[in-house]
Amino acid sequence: MSTKKFIYLNRKAPYGTVYALESLEVVLIAAAFEQDVSLAFIDDGVYQIIKGQNTDGIGMKNFSKTYHALGDYDVNKIYVSAESLEERGLSVDDLMPLTYEDEDDDWAEKTSIKIISNVQLTKIMSEQDVCLSF
Amino acid sequence: MLHIVNKSSFERNSLKSCLNTIDDTSIILLIEDGVISAANNVNSYMLADLAADSRVFALQEDIDARGISSKVADNIKLVDYAGFVDLVVEQGTAVSWV
Amino acid sequence: MVNLGDWNKEIAVEMAQSDDIELSEEHWDVINFLRDYFEEYQIAPAVRVLTKAIGKQFGKEKGNSKYLYSLFPYGPGKQGCRFAGLPKPTGCI
Repeated sequence: MSTKKFIYLNRKAPYGTVYALESLEVVLIAAAFEQDVSLAFIDDGVYQIIKGQNTDGIGMKNFSKTYHALGDYDVNKIYVSAESLEERGLSVDDLMPLTYEDEDDDWAEKTSIKIISNVQLTKIMSEQDVCLSF
Repeated sequence: MLHIVNKSSFERNSLKSCLNTIDDTSIILLIEDGVISAANNVNSYMLADLAADSRVFALQEDIDARGISSKVADNIKLVDYAGFVDLVVEQGTAVSWV
Repeated sequence: MVNLGDWNKEIAVEMAQSDDIELSEEHWDVINFLRDYFEEYQIAPAVRVLTKAIGKQFGKEKGNSKYLYSLFPYGPGKQGCRFAGLPKPTGCI
């Protein structure tokens, strides 16, 4: 099977609309087919990976737990917009620690999250075969 | 009158439109993605004066779901679903800025 | 099965029996692993992810799809998850 470079742009807060969950499902499908998958969290999408989400009160599935599985699926390029965090009064410490185990480095646990500027995102997007926005 | 806002102000202008039409007896309730405007960011600043006047509420359950309970701006009052119902009953008229 | 909470071990045993499988300790290792994984991540793992994780936890000789298919001839994802009372893994056809 041929491999393509996919980037998923996540732009919406979780729970209020179905975009975040739909994106995550498609990401897992692409990853199950061993594609080269990157994720970017921009705009309100940064709220998808905030620590300490508790959905008991709204009766919806807390799919924030699923982002922790991305490392198992070899999805370890998770970009977060510095500008979007800043605008929202958030910092990297507010994000869930998303990690993967590096096969080439004795399975050392490493962070998947990289905070990037809009300029860097432009460059990353230009290197992709497919760009999907949710 | 009760004004209910359920969209993030980073995403839509519903909070802004709502603020343009309220009078000095109106209160605002933030629910669903609307609670993002309660989370100490550029959008919560728009609400600061009203909040200081105890006229801004946000739904606790939606705040918790989004992991932003530690970020709620000063003076914004949290209500649960029962409190939501009380507000609707007290205010009589409600408008949803969907 | 409609509700995840309706699952119990007897249901798994019965589902397996109707597929002509008697559940061994090795089956239960996989079923329990699938349930723990779902509890932690809210998804059933894809077969590739499951294979790798089973190898890591239960030894290399078990970390291959031949072993997992010997336990679950209709596929560890499809059949294993059904016995475990879970939805099919995302991306499982």
